[in-house]
Amino acid sequence: MINWLANPARFMRLSAKAVPWCGWVAVLALAVGLFWSLVVAPPDYQQGDTVRIMYVHVPAAWMALSVYLFVAVASAVALVWRHPLAEVAARSAAPIGAAFTFVCLATGSLWGRPMWGAWWVWDARLTSVLILFFLYLGYIALANAFDDPSRGGRAGAVLALVGVVNLPIIKFSVDWWNTLHQPASVMRAGGPRIDISMLAPLLIMALGFTLLFAVLLMVRMRTALNERKAMALRLNAGSAPVARLDRERVVSARTAMP
Amino acid sequence: MVDIGAFLAMGGYAGFVWPAYGVAFTVLGGLALFSWRRYRQSTVALERLQQDLRNRR
Repeated sequence: MINWLANPARFMRLSAKAVPWCGWVAVLALAVGLFWSLVVAPPDYQQGDTVRIMYVHVPAAWMALSVYLFVAVASAVALVWRHPLAEVAARSAAPIGAAFTFVCLATGSLWGRPMWGAWWVWDARLTSVLILFFLYLGYIALANAFDDPSRGGRAGAVLALVGVVNLPIIKFSVDWWNTLHQPASVMRAGGPRIDISMLAPLLIMALGFTLLFAVLLMVRMRTALNERKAMALRLNAGSAPVARLDRERVVSARTAMP
Repeated sequence: MVDIGAFLAMGGYAGFVWPAYGVAFTVLGGLALFSWRRYRQSTVALERLQQDLRNRR
Protein backbone atom coordinates (compact mmCIF):
# COMPACT_ATOMS: atom_id res chain seq x y z
CA MET A 1 0.00 0.00 0.00
CA ILE A 2 2.67 2.50 1.10
CA ASN A 3 4.94 1.35 -1.70
CA TRP A 4 2.15 1.69 -4.22
CA LEU A 5 1.39 5.21 -3.00
CA ALA A 6 5.03 6.19 -2.84
CA ASN A 7 5.18 7.14 -6.48
CA PRO A 8 5.25 10.90 -7.12
CA ALA A 9 3.06 10.73 -10.26
CA ARG A 10 0.48 8.54 -8.55
CA PHE A 11 0.59 10.77 -5.47
CA MET A 12 -0.14 13.84 -7.63
CA ARG A 13 -3.13 12.10 -9.25
CA LEU A 14 -4.65 10.81 -5.99
CA SER A 15 -4.00 13.94 -3.92
CA ALA A 16 -5.64 16.12 -6.59
CA LYS A 17 -8.87 14.25 -5.84
CA ALA A 18 -8.31 13.92 -2.07
CA VAL A 19 -7.49 17.58 -1.30
CA PRO A 20 -10.97 19.10 -1.98
CA TRP A 21 -12.77 16.21 -0.22
CA CYS A 22 -10.55 16.28 2.83
CA GLY A 23 -10.64 20.07 2.84
CA TRP A 24 -14.42 20.38 2.94
CA VAL A 25 -14.81 17.63 5.55
CA ALA A 26 -12.15 19.41 7.65
CA VAL A 27 -14.04 22.72 7.39
CA LEU A 28 -17.28 20.96 8.36
CA ALA A 29 -15.70 19.14 11.32
CA LEU A 30 -14.06 22.35 12.57
CA ALA A 31 -17.31 24.33 12.20
CA VAL A 32 -19.30 21.71 14.14
CA GLY A 33 -16.46 21.35 16.66
CA LEU A 34 -16.21 25.12 17.25
CA PHE A 35 -19.97 25.51 17.75
CA TRP A 36 -20.03 22.55 20.12
CA SER A 37 -16.97 23.75 22.09
CA LEU A 38 -18.04 27.37 22.44
CA VAL A 39 -21.82 27.10 22.71
CA VAL A 40 -23.13 23.60 23.43
CA ALA A 41 -20.52 22.20 25.85
CA PRO A 42 -21.10 23.11 29.51
CA PRO A 43 -18.68 25.19 31.59
CA ASP A 44 -16.60 23.18 34.04
CA TYR A 45 -17.76 23.13 37.66
CA GLN A 46 -14.30 24.20 38.83
CA GLN A 47 -12.70 25.94 35.88
CA GLY A 48 -15.76 27.73 34.53
CA ASP A 49 -15.56 28.75 30.88
CA THR A 50 -11.74 28.52 30.71
CA VAL A 51 -12.27 24.80 30.12
CA ARG A 52 -13.26 25.74 26.55
CA ILE A 53 -9.56 26.42 25.88
CA MET A 54 -9.15 22.65 26.18
CA TYR A 55 -10.93 22.09 22.85
CA VAL A 56 -8.08 23.75 20.95
CA HIS A 57 -5.24 23.11 23.40
CA VAL A 58 -5.54 19.33 23.70
CA PRO A 59 -6.09 18.50 19.99
CA ALA A 60 -3.18 20.85 19.15
CA ALA A 61 -1.01 18.95 21.64
CA TRP A 62 -2.03 15.58 20.16
CA MET A 63 -1.20 16.90 16.68
CA ALA A 64 2.13 18.32 17.87
CA LEU A 65 3.18 14.83 19.01
CA SER A 66 1.71 12.77 16.17
CA VAL A 67 3.01 15.07 13.43
CA TYR A 68 6.48 14.79 14.96
CA LEU A 69 6.15 11.01 14.88
CA PHE A 70 5.09 11.30 11.22
CA VAL A 71 8.15 13.45 10.43
CA ALA A 72 10.41 10.93 12.19
CA VAL A 73 8.94 7.88 10.41
CA ALA A 74 9.10 9.64 7.02
CA SER A 75 12.69 10.66 7.79
CA ALA A 76 13.61 7.05 8.61
CA VAL A 77 12.07 5.86 5.32
CA ALA A 78 13.92 8.63 3.46
CA LEU A 79 17.24 7.69 5.11
CA VAL A 80 16.93 3.92 4.67
CA TRP A 81 15.27 3.61 1.25
CA ARG A 82 16.27 7.03 -0.11
CA HIS A 83 12.73 7.53 -1.31
CA PRO A 84 12.29 11.13 -2.54
CA LEU A 85 8.57 11.25 -1.63
CA ALA A 86 9.32 10.37 2.01
CA GLU A 87 11.79 13.24 2.25
CA VAL A 88 9.24 15.61 0.69
CA ALA A 89 6.61 14.36 3.18
CA ALA A 90 8.85 14.97 6.21
CA ARG A 91 9.89 18.39 4.95
CA SER A 92 6.27 19.40 4.21
CA ALA A 93 4.88 18.15 7.53
CA ALA A 94 7.40 19.86 9.86
CA PRO A 95 6.07 23.45 9.56
CA ILE A 96 2.51 22.18 10.17
CA GLY A 97 3.70 20.38 13.31
CA ALA A 98 5.53 23.50 14.46
CA ALA A 99 2.32 25.52 14.02
CA PHE A 100 0.32 23.01 16.09
CA THR A 101 3.03 23.05 18.80
CA PHE A 102 2.97 26.84 18.91
CA VAL A 103 -0.84 26.81 19.23
CA CYS A 104 -0.54 24.25 22.03
CA LEU A 105 1.99 26.39 23.95
CA ALA A 106 0.12 29.68 23.42
CA THR A 107 -3.31 28.32 24.39
CA GLY A 108 -1.75 26.47 27.34
CA SER A 109 -0.26 29.74 28.54
CA LEU A 110 -3.65 31.47 28.22
CA TRP A 111 -5.21 28.63 30.21
CA GLY A 112 -2.44 28.56 32.83
CA ARG A 113 -2.73 32.23 33.76
CA PRO A 114 -6.30 32.09 35.16
CA MET A 115 -6.06 28.50 36.53
CA TRP A 116 -2.50 28.25 37.87
CA GLY A 117 -1.84 31.97 38.26
CA ALA A 118 1.16 31.86 35.91
CA TRP A 119 1.63 32.28 32.16
CA TRP A 120 4.50 29.85 32.24
CA VAL A 121 6.14 27.45 34.69
CA TRP A 122 9.31 25.44 34.06
CA ASP A 123 7.57 22.19 34.74
CA ALA A 124 8.43 18.93 33.00
CA ARG A 125 5.45 18.84 30.63
CA LEU A 126 5.73 22.46 29.51
CA THR A 127 9.49 22.37 29.14
CA SER A 128 9.48 19.14 27.12
CA VAL A 129 6.85 20.56 24.74
CA LEU A 130 8.94 23.72 24.36
CA ILE A 131 11.88 21.46 23.41
CA LEU A 132 9.59 19.77 20.85
CA PHE A 133 8.90 23.21 19.34
CA PHE A 134 12.66 23.89 19.11
CA LEU A 135 13.21 20.44 17.55
CA TYR A 136 10.70 21.36 14.83
CA LEU A 137 12.45 24.72 14.24
CA GLY A 138 15.84 22.97 14.19
CA TYR A 139 14.61 20.43 11.67
CA ILE A 140 13.16 23.15 9.41
CA ALA A 141 16.33 25.24 9.62
CA LEU A 142 18.61 22.27 8.95
CA ALA A 143 16.52 20.86 6.09
CA ASN A 144 16.67 24.22 4.32
CA ALA A 145 20.28 25.05 5.19
CA PHE A 146 21.84 23.38 2.14
CA ASP A 147 21.71 24.38 -1.53
CA ASP A 148 21.14 20.74 -2.31
CA PRO A 149 17.71 19.79 -0.90
CA SER A 150 18.58 16.08 -0.60
CA ARG A 151 21.59 16.84 1.61
CA GLY A 152 19.51 19.13 3.82
CA GLY A 153 16.82 16.46 3.98
CA ARG A 154 19.33 13.85 5.19
CA ALA A 155 20.80 16.14 7.86
CA GLY A 156 17.30 17.07 9.04
CA ALA A 157 16.23 13.42 9.07
CA VAL A 158 19.01 12.53 11.52
CA LEU A 159 17.94 15.36 13.83
CA ALA A 160 14.28 14.28 13.57
CA LEU A 161 15.19 10.71 14.54
CA VAL A 162 17.34 11.77 17.49
CA GLY A 163 14.48 14.01 18.67
CA VAL A 164 12.07 11.06 18.88
CA VAL A 165 13.45 10.40 22.38
CA ASN A 166 11.54 13.53 23.45
CA LEU A 167 8.12 12.02 22.58
CA PRO A 168 7.89 9.49 25.46
CA ILE A 169 9.37 12.12 27.76
CA ILE A 170 6.47 14.45 26.89
CA LYS A 171 3.86 11.71 27.15
CA PHE A 172 5.02 10.38 30.52
CA SER A 173 6.35 13.65 32.00
CA VAL A 174 3.13 14.04 33.98
CA ASP A 175 3.63 10.60 35.57
CA TRP A 176 7.40 10.62 36.06
CA TRP A 177 7.71 14.03 37.63
CA ASN A 178 5.62 16.04 40.03
CA THR A 179 4.19 18.53 37.57
CA LEU A 180 1.63 21.30 37.74
CA HIS A 181 0.16 19.97 34.51
CA GLN A 182 -2.65 17.48 35.01
CA PRO A 183 -2.11 13.82 34.01
CA ALA A 184 -3.79 12.25 30.96
CA SER A 185 -7.57 12.09 31.17
CA VAL A 186 -8.47 10.80 27.69
CA MET A 187 -5.68 8.49 26.50
CA ARG A 188 -5.26 6.47 29.67
CA ALA A 189 -5.62 2.85 30.70
CA GLY A 190 -9.17 2.22 31.84
CA GLY A 191 -10.79 4.60 29.35
CA PRO A 192 -11.32 8.35 29.26
CA ARG A 193 -12.09 10.07 32.58
CA ILE A 194 -14.02 12.95 31.09
CA ASP A 195 -17.76 13.43 30.59
CA ILE A 196 -19.25 12.71 27.17
CA SER A 197 -20.57 16.30 26.93
CA MET A 198 -16.95 17.48 26.86
CA LEU A 199 -15.38 14.42 25.25
CA ALA A 200 -17.57 14.67 22.11
CA PRO A 201 -16.54 18.21 21.06
CA LEU A 202 -12.94 17.38 21.98
CA LEU A 203 -12.90 14.39 19.63
CA ILE A 204 -14.61 16.35 16.82
CA MET A 205 -12.01 19.12 17.11
CA ALA A 206 -9.29 16.45 17.07
CA LEU A 207 -10.81 14.99 13.88
CA GLY A 208 -10.93 18.49 12.36
CA PHE A 209 -7.27 19.13 13.23
CA THR A 210 -6.25 15.73 11.81
CA LEU A 211 -8.05 16.40 8.52
CA LEU A 212 -6.56 19.90 8.41
CA PHE A 213 -3.12 18.33 8.78
CA ALA A 214 -3.87 15.86 5.96
CA VAL A 215 -5.00 18.64 3.60
CA LEU A 216 -2.10 20.95 4.42
CA LEU A 217 0.36 18.06 4.09
CA MET A 218 -0.95 17.12 0.63
CA VAL A 219 -1.02 20.76 -0.56
CA ARG A 220 2.53 21.38 0.68
CA MET A 221 3.80 18.11 -0.84
CA ARG A 222 2.20 19.01 -4.16
CA THR A 223 3.94 22.40 -3.97
CA ALA A 224 7.31 20.79 -3.31
CA LEU A 225 6.85 18.30 -6.18
CA ASN A 226 5.82 21.12 -8.54
CA GLU A 227 8.91 23.11 -7.57
CA ARG A 228 11.23 20.12 -7.97
CA LYS A 229 9.74 19.23 -11.32
CA ALA A 230 10.22 22.82 -12.49
CA MET A 231 13.84 22.70 -11.31
CA ALA A 232 14.44 19.40 -13.11
CA LEU A 233 12.89 20.75 -16.33
CA ARG A 234 15.06 23.85 -16.16
CA LEU A 235 18.17 21.72 -15.62
CA ASN A 236 17.29 19.40 -18.51
CA ALA A 237 16.58 22.36 -20.78
CA GLY A 238 20.03 23.70 -20.00
CA SER A 239 18.72 27.12 -19.04
CA ALA A 240 20.08 26.82 -15.52
CA PRO A 241 23.81 27.13 -14.79
CA VAL A 242 24.29 23.34 -14.72
CA ALA A 243 28.08 23.56 -14.56
CA ARG A 244 27.87 25.13 -11.13
CA LEU A 245 25.82 22.28 -9.73
CA ASP A 246 27.33 19.05 -8.57
CA ARG A 247 26.27 15.81 -10.16
CA GLU A 248 24.36 14.62 -7.12
CA ARG A 249 22.02 17.56 -7.25
CA VAL A 250 21.16 16.90 -10.89
CA VAL A 251 20.53 13.26 -10.10
CA SER A 252 18.39 14.06 -7.07
CA ALA A 253 16.35 16.55 -9.08
CA ARG A 254 15.76 13.92 -11.76
CA THR A 255 14.68 11.22 -9.33
CA ALA A 256 12.34 13.72 -7.69
CA MET A 257 10.62 14.40 -11.01
CA PRO A 258 7.26 12.66 -11.10
CA MET B 1 -33.02 33.37 23.90
CA VAL B 2 -29.26 33.21 23.72
CA ASP B 3 -27.66 36.05 25.64
CA ILE B 4 -24.92 37.30 23.33
CA GLY B 5 -23.36 39.47 26.04
CA ALA B 6 -23.05 36.55 28.45
CA PHE B 7 -21.68 34.35 25.67
CA LEU B 8 -18.98 36.90 24.82
CA ALA B 9 -18.12 37.40 28.50
CA MET B 10 -17.28 33.67 28.87
CA GLY B 11 -18.10 33.75 32.58
CA GLY B 12 -15.53 36.50 33.13
CA TYR B 13 -12.76 34.66 31.31
CA ALA B 14 -13.26 36.38 27.92
CA GLY B 15 -9.69 37.74 28.07
CA PHE B 16 -8.31 34.18 28.05
CA VAL B 17 -10.80 32.10 26.06
CA TRP B 18 -11.11 34.37 23.01
CA PRO B 19 -7.37 35.04 22.57
CA ALA B 20 -6.80 31.24 22.75
CA TYR B 21 -9.23 30.64 19.89
CA GLY B 22 -7.83 33.71 18.11
CA VAL B 23 -4.25 32.42 18.24
CA ALA B 24 -5.31 29.00 16.94
CA PHE B 25 -7.36 30.53 14.12
CA THR B 26 -4.63 33.01 13.13
CA VAL B 27 -1.74 30.54 13.17
CA LEU B 28 -3.51 27.62 11.47
CA GLY B 29 -5.50 29.83 9.08
CA GLY B 30 -2.37 31.78 8.20
CA LEU B 31 -0.44 28.60 7.49
CA ALA B 32 -3.31 27.29 5.32
CA LEU B 33 -3.51 30.56 3.36
CA PHE B 34 0.26 30.73 2.89
CA SER B 35 0.47 27.06 1.83
CA TRP B 36 -2.39 27.45 -0.65
CA ARG B 37 -0.93 30.64 -2.22
CA ARG B 38 2.47 29.04 -2.64
CA TYR B 39 0.81 25.97 -4.20
CA ARG B 40 -1.05 28.14 -6.75
CA GLN B 41 2.19 29.99 -7.55
CA SER B 42 4.13 26.76 -8.05
CA THR B 43 1.39 25.35 -10.32
CA VAL B 44 1.29 28.49 -12.48
CA ALA B 45 5.10 28.65 -12.65
CA LEU B 46 5.36 25.00 -13.69
CA GLU B 47 2.68 25.37 -16.38
CA ARG B 48 4.38 28.48 -17.75
CA LEU B 49 7.73 26.68 -17.84
CA GLN B 50 6.25 23.66 -19.65
CA GLN B 51 4.59 26.01 -22.16
CA ASP B 52 7.91 27.81 -22.77
CA LEU B 53 9.74 24.54 -23.31
CA ARG B 54 7.08 23.33 -25.76
CA ASN B 55 7.30 26.58 -27.73
CA ARG B 56 11.09 26.37 -27.87
CA ARG B 57 11.03 22.94 -29.50
